[in-house]
Amino acid sequence: MEATQKVEINVPRRKSEFQKFIKVLLARKVVVISLSILFLLVVVAIFAPWIAPYNPYTQNIANSLQPPSKEHILGTDQLGRDVLSRIIYGSRASLIVGFSSVALAGVIGSTLGLVAGYFGGILDSIIMRFMDALLAIPPIVLALSLGAALGGGLVGVVVALGVALIPTYARLMRGQVMAVREMDYIKAGEISGISNLRNILVHVMPNCISPIIVLATLNLGIAILAEAGLSFLGLGVNPPQAAWGSMVNDGYQYLSRLPGLSFAPGLCIVLVVMAFNIVGDALRDALDPKLRGSL
Amino acid sequence: MGAFIIKRLFQTIAVLFFVTLIVFMIIQILPGDPAQTMLGADASQEQIQKLREELGLNDPFIVQYFNWAAGVIGGDLGHSIFYKETVINLMSSRFPITLTIGISALIVTVIIGIPLGVIAAVNRGGAIDSVVVVLSNIGIATPNFWLGILGVYFLSLKLGWLPVQGYVSPFTDPIGGLKTIIMPVLVLAATTIASVMRQTRSAMLEVIHQDFIRTARSKGLKERFVIIKHGLRNALIPVITLLGLQLGNIIGGTVLIEQVFNIPGMGSLLVSSVFMKDFIVVQACVLVIAVLVVFANLFVDLAYRLIDPRIKYN
Repeated sequence: MEATQKVEINVPRRKSEFQKFIKVLLARKVVVISLSILFLLVVVAIFAPWIAPYNPYTQNIANSLQPPSKEHILGTDQLGRDVLSRIIYGSRASLIVGFSSVALAGVIGSTLGLVAGYFGGILDSIIMRFMDALLAIPPIVLALSLGAALGGGLVGVVVALGVALIPTYARLMRGQVMAVREMDYIKAGEISGISNLRNILVHVMPNCISPIIVLATLNLGIAILAEAGLSFLGLGVNPPQAAWGSMVNDGYQYLSRLPGLSFAPGLCIVLVVMAFNIVGDALRDALDPKLRGSL
Repeated sequence: MGAFIIKRLFQTIAVLFFVTLIVFMIIQILPGDPAQTMLGADASQEQIQKLREELGLNDPFIVQYFNWAAGVIGGDLGHSIFYKETVINLMSSRFPITLTIGISALIVTVIIGIPLGVIAAVNRGGAIDSVVVVLSNIGIATPNFWLGILGVYFLSLKLGWLPVQGYVSPFTDPIGGLKTIIMPVLVLAATTIASVMRQTRSAMLEVIHQDFIRTARSKGLKERFVIIKHGLRNALIPVITLLGLQLGNIIGGTVLIEQVFNIPGMGSLLVSSVFMKDFIVVQACVLVIAVLVVFANLFVDLAYRLIDPRIKYN
């Protein structure tokens, strides 16, 4: 009975709220451009085999380190592989690592923050001091040592970055939960005798989720930067798989001869990270103007 | 204030405990047997067992942890498998290099980032503001290792102004040292300058529209005085918080920057130790970096008091 009532009341209101949200979100041109870049990125990553002009793994030593030409728009690398095709395939590593590590961190971090904020007390202290400790290790340092411990490769990088990003979610979620927890409707839920779990899932969480979504969007940029850093150091996805960071590093040796080898993949990183940051900021402003500057 | 400091110190101790636990656990999951790594591939099973016993690798986790932690507290960070040296010795030459670069980057960040943020906020919507906003967006999104490579290409290879790679201590050779250090420091500071500019700008924008600023102006105070004494002082709290957090990023950044510029600091020690599976050195590097960040944050928390007398610690 209660549930059906809720739906009836909320449906028309939510729709107009959503329209308002989209309008605010798309108000600035730079946000529309950023969203287009991200859309393009996803399309390129998914359809890489059809879009890429060459196979990114085919080596041709006789044709190595060629400057840009009609056949190879961005030239070829030290093994004669087409650079443009490798950049196109490299988008996959960035996106997969970015989304997976942020999802991993978001789920674990939010859960920890939720538990800490809802139950408080000694559990809260232990969880948060643990988070402080994780936060004290710079993400790239933690990911580097953890990634090496896990044996590198895609899974290692995702887990390492995921762990490194956990504390920010835990902190944010805990703050949100502690604010929401004092609301009368949460107390009402408690008094009415529903279980803690149900109270958390149905009443607490939906009211804490939007800042988490904003943080996740902004963190995608951070995760992609960190993935690039790791693969630059040689600890990213396993070669010959293409990653933008390792392409920058490969090209560094031939910097005076063919600077484009390093410049082009780096530029892709900048564009994509900037796009995620701009969309994240816009999302924050659209979801709640009060949040401005608080993340 | 006294009570706050004591509480904060206890918190710091708790955090440090967890830091040591995390650092110790990272090493526990490292693949391979450290004893095997130390002895090489053709060691016999007996030799490996003997060394495992000597190193205490057969003890239970808790015993191993406490033995290690006791050593750390006593200033013993262990022996490097690869370099056959104590870790303290290895670090003593590298740590000052990273610290020099890191602290220089922090100073550059403050000198450039805060004034530009203030100027942008005061001239909101103007040309300088637009440039600051665009630059900070680009700066935050740019990988520092890539920026370093751009710098090497344009400033070293094309213009020949600066050396390509390497490190000379500015304390022994001021001119040569400055030349090698200037690009790594600027590149390392670029991201933090971008964040600090952005944060200062938005904090200043919030502050300068408040009543007390109008009051200060209507008292006939000089605009410069109003902005700096009344505006900036109030806007600095979030900026200082950010600077504390950025310290970790700066140190993390040195890992990549030292690789680009071939600087023999802590960062390159960490990277090479990761590749050589020299787990004791990895452990020590991560620990030292984390402890540095923890104390920096403690310092920041206590520094608030000096900047903002409204904060009462009780």
